Amino acid sequence: MNESAHLWLIPLFPFLGFLLNGILGSRLPRRLVSAIGVLAPLVSLVVVLGDFGATVISAASSCPTCGQVTALALPASESLSYPWLAIGALHVDFTFVLDQLSAVMLLVVTGVGFLIHVYSVGYMKDEPGYARYFSFLNLFLFFMSVLVLAGNFLLMFVGWEGVGLASYLLIGFYFSRTSAADAGKKAFIVNRIGDFGFLIGIFLVLTTFSTLSFSKIAALLAVSPDWHGPVLTVICLCLLVGAAGKSAQLPLYVWLPDAMEGPTPVSALIHAATMVTAGVYMIARTHLLFDRSPVALWTVAIVGAATALFAATIGLVQNDIKRVLAYSTISQLGYMFMACGVAAYSAAIFHLVMHAFFKALLFLAAGSVIHAMGGEQDLRRMGGLRTKMPVTFWTMTAAVVAIAGFPPFAGFFSKDPILYAAFLQGTGGKLLWLVGLITALLTSFYMFRLWYLAFFGEPRSEVKHHHSTQLSMLVPLVILGILSVCGGWIGIERFSAYLAPVAAAHRPLPTGNPFLEAILSIVAVLVALEGWLIADKYYRRKPERPAAIAAALPTGYKVLLNKYYVDEIYGALIVKPLLAFSKFGLGGVDILLAGVAWLFAGIASITGMILQRWQSGNLRSYAAWLAAGAAAVLIFVLLSNGWLHLGFAVGWKGWPLR
Amino acid sequence: MSFLQHDVPISWYLLLSAILFSLGVVGFLIKRNLITVFMSIELMLNAVNLSFVAFAYQWHEVRGQIFVFFVMMVAAAEAAVGLAIIIAVFRARSTLAVDRIDLMKL
Repeated sequence: MNESAHLWLIPLFPFLGFLLNGILGSRLPRRLVSAIGVLAPLVSLVVVLGDFGATVISAASSCPTCGQVTALALPASESLSYPWLAIGALHVDFTFVLDQLSAVMLLVVTGVGFLIHVYSVGYMKDEPGYARYFSFLNLFLFFMSVLVLAGNFLLMFVGWEGVGLASYLLIGFYFSRTSAADAGKKAFIVNRIGDFGFLIGIFLVLTTFSTLSFSKIAALLAVSPDWHGPVLTVICLCLLVGAAGKSAQLPLYVWLPDAMEGPTPVSALIHAATMVTAGVYMIARTHLLFDRSPVALWTVAIVGAATALFAATIGLVQNDIKRVLAYSTISQLGYMFMACGVAAYSAAIFHLVMHAFFKALLFLAAGSVIHAMGGEQDLRRMGGLRTKMPVTFWTMTAAVVAIAGFPPFAGFFSKDPILYAAFLQGTGGKLLWLVGLITALLTSFYMFRLWYLAFFGEPRSEVKHHHSTQLSMLVPLVILGILSVCGGWIGIERFSAYLAPVAAAHRPLPTGNPFLEAILSIVAVLVALEGWLIADKYYRRKPERPAAIAAALPTGYKVLLNKYYVDEIYGALIVKPLLAFSKFGLGGVDILLAGVAWLFAGIASITGMILQRWQSGNLRSYAAWLAAGAAAVLIFVLLSNGWLHLGFAVGWKGWPLR
Repeated sequence: MSFLQHDVPISWYLLLSAILFSLGVVGFLIKRNLITVFMSIELMLNAVNLSFVAFAYQWHEVRGQIFVFFVMMVAAAEAAVGLAIIIAVFRARSTLAVDRIDLMKL
């Protein structure tokens, strides 16, 4: 078709991997399964890298001054499209678009995805269902690349649902464990609520713009630069519901902590680095709509800030190493939403990328720890692992420092632009900034708490496998560690200049000055340092203090430990009434309907019993009925039409037709 | 041949056809032997054939005659199959009384 026809290769290879491992995997040797599973994302990664290079070059040539991009500049994008649906006035094409935004996102998805596949080879070595695991992981990559490449809402929704399916399958990977199966269902159902909002949003887009294509919508919006319909706000809020479901924001975040039931590499790939960021990606992709609706943008910002703070407070007291990371993921996603809410889409995507690096690393390192501890996830039973697992320790340290936001690590470079952009947004923005700053303090504290609990102090239980950390697990850790340290050196200016054709906000943004930015950065670093010092004090120097504080504030501690009882509240407010309603349906309506059905069935069978005698099998009785029937028809004809017909038949009245 | 064309009206042919058909029906209904029943069916078929030919002649319409050929051909095939079935039934039941052949299974 054109030079971009190779775009379909990106999703194709993971899909092939899914088919091969899914159908034949259980009969293939493990080495071959791992080879297929790891090669699929690698090939996609190579294709993406080629394209990425092309977009970098085209971006550089299209804007030599960089950053001087007007609102109407066309993105340097490649696309591939085939007609897909044509129903009446509705035309949807099967469109893949590779522009700067999807290139960055794909790079994360396939790059981090590839590393996690490699890690999985070692991590899942002794697990049953090895081929099933890799086929699902490849399926996830397939749907995620469809989601990212999609050039219209419908195709994006296909990928959106697909990653939900893959997530469900992988959360419930250990399906014989009830908690894992339940967690999978919970994730799927909560996501359905979000998807409902997303669908409504898509329908509204369709009725408003009569198209679902992102580029056509952009063109329509560009034609009428002053149009601000209230329907736009409604669309954006609906899309936000979808994004909140997928990206685990308030009030739909409850599935993500439970999703930690899945294997740890899955948590790293799907529930930290890629899938949960789909909501942020979606908002950045549709930011032309959000740009025109201040109400929707503020809602996004408030949801993000509230989620960031809320999840961080829960993260303070969790004892399960993966749950701490899960709440931290929710909190960091809150940051990204906050950035979207202040129209700093490039900052959001930048943080998304950096977060993918260090959060994937945190999960993988946690996976190594869990592996070494023989499946133990409770932080209170770890400790002293520093000397026993040096590589894990040092890479984990890099990630912890990165997420806490110390320069020159990745988190510092991506978190600061968000706080700065929020600070510039008037009084409300200052409030957002404050919330972000408190969250940064809490983040720093709970990450260092985890660090101290796991790696310092006396060992609180036996290390099971000393030799278990293999090369296939260590190499991804080291690569991600390097990325967590150096990734941020790209710098937000260069990154947003690269993304500008796609992600630059089409609304006036307040301008700041470098001096203010520097001051804010210093404040943020000091706050992070404070968090570290508190953690250091309570978990290294005075390890008996936390318990004393918890005892002194029993109510607060219990509320946090039980995650504000949100699950219980949802259970009482939504699940229980629904269950009661269903039970009423089963007991009342169902029995009524079943009764009616039984009544008709009874009538039918009694009639059958009577009529059955007719079917005697006797040839002559059948013949007699036949003859009687023929006679009856004849008599009927004669009586109703007189003898005239018979007369015609035998020619009594001559031949009227002649 | 001209006397045939004009002096025998079609109603006579039809009457003959009707008589033959009625004989077939009555035979089908009252006879107990399967072979006789079978012959009655053939009688009915041929009664219909007769009226077909008569009408075809009357209307100068060749399709009626072609129809008769079809009926005869199918009747021949049916006779072959039918007789084979009758032989099979007789071998299995040792009887051809239709009153006693009232089950599909043996």
